[in-house]
Amino acid sequence: MSTSPDGDADTIAAGGETDQETPSVERGDSASAGPDNEGTGTGDTVGSFFDRDITLILAVIGGIYLAYLLAGLALGFEARGLINVVARLTFLIGVFSMLALALNLHWGYTGLFNIGVVGFMAVGIYTMAMVSKPVGTGGSAQVPGLGLPIWVGIIAGVVVATLLGLLVALPALRLRADYLAIVTIAMSEIVRFIYMSGQFQEFTLFGAQLGTGGGSGLILNYADPLAALLAFLGLSEVYDGLVGAVSTVIPNNPAPVVNQFVYAALLMGFVAGFYWLLKRTGESPFGRVLKAIREDEDATSSLGKNTNRFKIKSFMLGCALMGLGGILWYMGQGAVTPLSFRPQITFFVWIALIIGGAGSNTGSVIGGAVFAAVLFEGPLYFRNLVVRAFPVGNAPTTFGEALSPLLSALDVIPLIAFTLDNMSTLRLVIMGVVLVLIMKNRPEGLMGHRTETASTIDLSRPERRETRSDSTPATAADGGRSDG
Amino acid sequence: MGETEAEADVETSAEAETKTGTETETGSASRADSEANAERIEGTTAATESETISETASLTETPLRVDDLHKSFGGITAVDGASFDVESGSLTGLIGPNGAGKSTTFDLITGTIALDSGSVYFNGEDVTGLPPHATARKGLVRTFQIARQLADMTVLENVMLAPQHQSGESLWRSVLPFARRGIRREEGELLTQVWDTLDFFDISHLAHEDAGNLSGGQRKLLEFARALSTDPDMLLLDEPFAGVNPTLEKRLLSHIHELREEGYTFLIVEHDMDLIMDNCERVIVMHQGRVLADDAPEAILEDEQVIDAYLGGTV
Repeated sequence: MSTSPDGDADTIAAGGETDQETPSVERGDSASAGPDNEGTGTGDTVGSFFDRDITLILAVIGGIYLAYLLAGLALGFEARGLINVVARLTFLIGVFSMLALALNLHWGYTGLFNIGVVGFMAVGIYTMAMVSKPVGTGGSAQVPGLGLPIWVGIIAGVVVATLLGLLVALPALRLRADYLAIVTIAMSEIVRFIYMSGQFQEFTLFGAQLGTGGGSGLILNYADPLAALLAFLGLSEVYDGLVGAVSTVIPNNPAPVVNQFVYAALLMGFVAGFYWLLKRTGESPFGRVLKAIREDEDATSSLGKNTNRFKIKSFMLGCALMGLGGILWYMGQGAVTPLSFRPQITFFVWIALIIGGAGSNTGSVIGGAVFAAVLFEGPLYFRNLVVRAFPVGNAPTTFGEALSPLLSALDVIPLIAFTLDNMSTLRLVIMGVVLVLIMKNRPEGLMGHRTETASTIDLSRPERRETRSDSTPATAADGGRSDG
Repeated sequence: MGETEAEADVETSAEAETKTGTETETGSASRADSEANAERIEGTTAATESETISETASLTETPLRVDDLHKSFGGITAVDGASFDVESGSLTGLIGPNGAGKSTTFDLITGTIALDSGSVYFNGEDVTGLPPHATARKGLVRTFQIARQLADMTVLENVMLAPQHQSGESLWRSVLPFARRGIRREEGELLTQVWDTLDFFDISHLAHEDAGNLSGGQRKLLEFARALSTDPDMLLLDEPFAGVNPTLEKRLLSHIHELREEGYTFLIVEHDMDLIMDNCERVIVMHQGRVLADDAPEAILEDEQVIDAYLGGTV
């Protein structure tokens, strides 16, 4: 009985989404089947393949937006609420896609079982915060930082995350996969406990005052990164104009809403950047070696590849991206505390990757989007919708109180209210169930079934070999594509 | 080897010891040692002659020389003082009963597993204990007894992986737009070669198939093709023809002979005695981790120890 509202839940709120997604996923299948069939065909499959993947990603994300907006409109959300919903959704899709892409490099490409994602995120944002927070003014309870510009902080955060990756990789990559997993999760917990420890709450490094803030964390009291970026790009006025335009729809203090929205949109730009970088990394001789290591490390090294070096490079690049992901996730928020970096974030990223299909960059983005929209935000959004449509009153505080009216008077309302009230806990159960179902029915994920060929070029047989033996095969294979 | 053929009878194992030039025999080889001494007295001039030849020619004529290899796993001594060398441009067979230590010897030579003691020289260079990728880079490439195809990669990707010194294996070159153009050109050139290789091995119709979907014999072919695509000086092939149909086997063998004439060197583990006898000019027999005999095929066939240990009475 307790599950049936959830079942309905998914068909109403998430239901809108799944309705939207199912066709788009099928489109994905047919789209991806295409290149395989045409594998030996024309030379420009790579180009259209690329376009098709972008289309697919946009279709999935568009479907998600549509479902959210339609559901919101149907229940009469205001414009402000709707924009907020879209902004939050975009933000979540952005961060989970970025992190899933980075993890895909580790696990999907190189077969490195990293379950310490959140540790690299934490190191990224903490380093960034410690570098960019203003210098101590004295007397304030707030921990001082180095007071350097935000972009310096971001670079520092990424560099430190990369170096931590190297530090973890050097001993751990000599071990077999499971041991790397243990080392990474231990590392992520060590990082969290170091940030939580009072020992490093505030210290002096080369005469500069800085600190981790201990258990209470760090207030991110540097200049607003978005405003700084806009000022740097000279777009402040455009932004003000945008705020002015939005104020016609949202009369009351539109700035935070616009802020959130623009920041989320910026994140999508970073997703595109990650995607571009990792697609190129994967579709190259470098990516080919990574894939080979994933498949059989001994065989790869027997072919003269120094597998340890490749693994370390791949690991460091992924860690750098995770650090950047962590920075982008928390940079715009008011504060970071060690509590934000519990291992469950790592497992969220893993679920996103598994949904999308390990080994596929396109799948990672789609997995990140589907995870954020359906599993992470979906249940909460659904609760908001239901509470708005059917006010259920105050929820009972215990499960017993929720259940007894049902047993005594067949009154399901308290149970429903209780379920809705505990939705943020319940979604972990939903995630678990979905994970089990995926592993059982489609372990390769939505996109994991297809081949994303690890080469810079289309590997079809060079067609013009016989007819134009005078031309070099290189130009024939290049096919005049300028995607160099 | 030719002039010792007449003596190569019961004394072949001793002969093997002297031939490798190991003057520091350990206790494990003491039996062979005494026999070798007897041998040396018998034909002093021949022995010294061959030794000086092998020493001067060791750089060029014996690309691979292994000395007194030892490896044990727990209580099992897999390789127990194996010593032999392989002549340049030769097709040498390595035979022996199951558990004789043939595959382990391959592992020790290429550094796939660490050796307990002994040394390996390749092209006059000490490659003992080098990691597998380093020995492969020096031109000593092996295949595995159980084919190690990269299952979730296509056949093309498998073979494209192999060529050495691909500049696209550098991360920044693969990513940065300008450098990537060069990589594309390089890959285009590579691709033609790879298709030719696939054609030769008769697996080009499977080019876009995942290697994991191939049959056992096709996997063997793929692995052979991949190893050959590294452009090695010497190939260690571990049962390359297991599961390969006779027609293709013939083609591969004739290709091996061609390559051999070009200067490639082959060391082949194989259980098909007819194949070994017809194609190899030299056969090394291993038994219980040691070299039991090392001689021309005809002599091997008549070797009592080899017959007892491996061939059986019927051959």
